[in-house]
Amino acid sequence: MTEEEVRQLACELLSDIAPDTDPSALSGKEDIREALDIDSMDFLNFVIALNKRTGVAIPEEDYPELFTMDDIVAYVQR
Amino acid sequence: MPALGADMESGTVTEWLVEPGGEVRKGDVVAVVETHKGAIEVEIFEEGVIAELVAKEGDEVPVGGVLARLAKPGEELEMREEPEAAEEQGATTKPGPAEKAPAVEEPPKIAPPSRPKAEPPRPEVPAAAARPAAETRAKVSPAARRRAAEIGIDPETLEGTGIDGSVTLADIEAAGHRAPAARPKTAKGKPDKARGSFDPIEMRQAIAAAMSRSKREIPHYYLTIIIDMGRAQGWLEDYNRERPPEERLLPAVLPLKATALALKQVPQLNGFWEDGQVARADRVNIGWAIALRGGGLIAPAIRDVDTLSPSDLMAALRDVVARARSGGLRSSELTDPTFTITSLGERGADSVIGVIYPPQVAILGLGRVSERPWVANGRVVARPLMVASLSGDHRASDGHTGGLFLSALDRLLQEPDAL
Repeated sequence: MTEEEVRQLACELLSDIAPDTDPSALSGKEDIREALDIDSMDFLNFVIALNKRTGVAIPEEDYPELFTMDDIVAYVQR
Repeated sequence: MPALGADMESGTVTEWLVEPGGEVRKGDVVAVVETHKGAIEVEIFEEGVIAELVAKEGDEVPVGGVLARLAKPGEELEMREEPEAAEEQGATTKPGPAEKAPAVEEPPKIAPPSRPKAEPPRPEVPAAAARPAAETRAKVSPAARRRAAEIGIDPETLEGTGIDGSVTLADIEAAGHRAPAARPKTAKGKPDKARGSFDPIEMRQAIAAAMSRSKREIPHYYLTIIIDMGRAQGWLEDYNRERPPEERLLPAVLPLKATALALKQVPQLNGFWEDGQVARADRVNIGWAIALRGGGLIAPAIRDVDTLSPSDLMAALRDVVARARSGGLRSSELTDPTFTITSLGERGADSVIGVIYPPQVAILGLGRVSERPWVANGRVVARPLMVASLSGDHRASDGHTGGLFLSALDRLLQEPDAL
């Protein structure tokens, strides 16, 4: 996936989870949990969806590598 | 119109899910009612045939008002010819004695907030199931029903391949693959934006009313304990390591289960303050406080927590959180809790000292887990610690009882294998 595709996918999944927010307006370095006010259940749902849509295995110890948009892009492209 | 909380005065019927002549069974969802807590699915606790829908869609009905009349099986004609007898029974009332034309008048109620239902827990049934005559309902295994609810498939529409033609988990998974875009759906199987919404002003007022009543009437006492969560976290990491994301557990599951087991040991804290005394509950139905986007708070019941495995608890938690946020909570889920937990999660505060939700008699507040210095075997070590705070109703119990509960909770969390 290209960087832009990953970013778009992440925005789509996050706006499903936090429908009252605009994830595409986030800077690459903001903590999505703070910026979108998502809790651990929301974050787990994001991981589930990201895993399903990209096929990338995401072990639990890697969760901290998915807290910003830039990190999500880097992680999926790795 | 059921009272879905101590502070509710009326509700507006937004949608009927049954029609006159339709058969209903215990637990069927018959209507969607708009309350200050958002749209709630109202269940029926009697079996019979809908004789008449008294309240129309759009009507605001006071708590205790008649929504519909119900005829028992085989009584439909008599009910229509004897409207006076029928008048006595709202759709939500308890049945009178078995004789015809019951003279017993009971206040209409589905589930008063002060008393838990005695029914066994029901698996999730899409409300659409109330539409066809009850006997056409497909057999669906509980696991299949749960999975179907998760992925937004109506198990009643599937052809089962199990024994007796029942719908199995595999059938649900297969259907899920056929319809990969299936989304969690609302009562009638169509996504409906309005279902998840609530009026933030009314929600605020409802919270204000319940919390003011609590602080006005309940003499709270407060106890806290610091719990070493190292073993529980280690257990959880091991459990989650080999599993795909959808099968992983959230950290909240272990304290939830441990709380239920501790309540079995200290049952004085599990129940209600009623008529000047404690009424202990038979079941452990834990209200899980869920923050709603847009500034709401709701604590629906996870039933029989003491009997559920961690993975079943995770499924129940996921289900109830999703429905709290998307609309589709059941009326009984708002009235069933016998105890409440409020957990601020991983980014919250170090501790939370809760306000009891009347008529319950205690609430447990869980702070975030964070690494801090801890003394173990005479040495200072870094451990993941959590502050657990109990607020108790001093009319119903004393600090000694609360202390026993917190130390049981601590002990249980040191043996996660047993949870």
